[in-house]
Amino acid sequence: MKSQVTGLQEFLEGIEENKGDAVIALAGNPNTGKSTVFNSLTGLNQHTGNWPGKTVVFAKGTYRYKKKNITLVDLPGTYSLLANSTDEQVARDFICFGKPDATVVVVDATCLERNLNLALQVMEITPQTILCVNLIDEAKRKKMTIDFSKLADLLGVPVIPTVARDKVGLQDLKESIHRVVFEKKPLQPRRIVYNKVIESAIEKIQKEVEALLQGSLNSRWVALRLLDGDPTIIREIFNYLQRMDQGVRPSKTRALKVVEDYG
Amino acid sequence: MFDQVFALTYLPMGRKAQVVKVETEGLIRNRLLDLGLVPSTIVEAIRKSPAGDPIAYKIRGAVIALRSEESRQIQVRAVD
Repeated sequence: MKSQVTGLQEFLEGIEENKGDAVIALAGNPNTGKSTVFNSLTGLNQHTGNWPGKTVVFAKGTYRYKKKNITLVDLPGTYSLLANSTDEQVARDFICFGKPDATVVVVDATCLERNLNLALQVMEITPQTILCVNLIDEAKRKKMTIDFSKLADLLGVPVIPTVARDKVGLQDLKESIHRVVFEKKPLQPRRIVYNKVIESAIEKIQKEVEALLQGSLNSRWVALRLLDGDPTIIREIFNYLQRMDQGVRPSKTRALKVVEDYG
Repeated sequence: MFDQVFALTYLPMGRKAQVVKVETEGLIRNRLLDLGLVPSTIVEAIRKSPAGDPIAYKIRGAVIALRSEESRQIQVRAVD
């Protein structure tokens, strides 16, 4: 456990050292062309390595757009962020605790419904989400039509159609990332509303969670994870708060206590 | 046969069924839901491995192999 915690921390420090003007996470299901998007954006300016302490490969690359240096982190391909595997845990931990300036979710246009699960989970953690609908040429071949502006309306985040293999739409993607990160246009992603029992439980604990987190993490999301009772995420939240707590703020210490109690 | 609910394991090759319920708990349940096995999803049995287990299913545009351990816990209704 210890090595995992320090692993994330080391990795974050490694990124912090050389991050340029913004850090963007790339998430997506396996086989959506996520790495193609990554390669086309960063070209040769990349390096791969192992996530410290885990046998998960990650790649980090950079590109320049409108005088800004952007660092892109290619996360492992996952179906979910609910951490059934090490890959998912790494992806989730980076999006939650790595605080990227934006997260791009790459989805396969030919099976959107399967892919949107992950997109919704990312949007639950961070509003700074961009949906990159890749492989639209394949969708066209399969006679599928996708209403991208409707999708953007429904999700409340930018939706960019691409064919990364042929470099189609990548300019739009860069522009969209630029806008989300530097123009600080607040995004209002669609919120998932759960059934009454869950919503009232969230309501009960969210206020307390909110007061304790003081904006360091998304309180609704933390409340949901506490309700899940998933021990791995509760431990990570605990560790994260501990790292944040080095200035010894009494309220944060209380937050730790609450997280510990729920765990 | 049409309204009968049975375990996905018993779906004949080449036939389709609709998910009624996933009867597991915890991480395996999460995993199955993440793979798209939510109620009303159409699942098609595509092929069996030589030993008869696992079986490959077409689920929401992807082919996914499930062990009988898992497919036993997924309640479905035949659709064709």
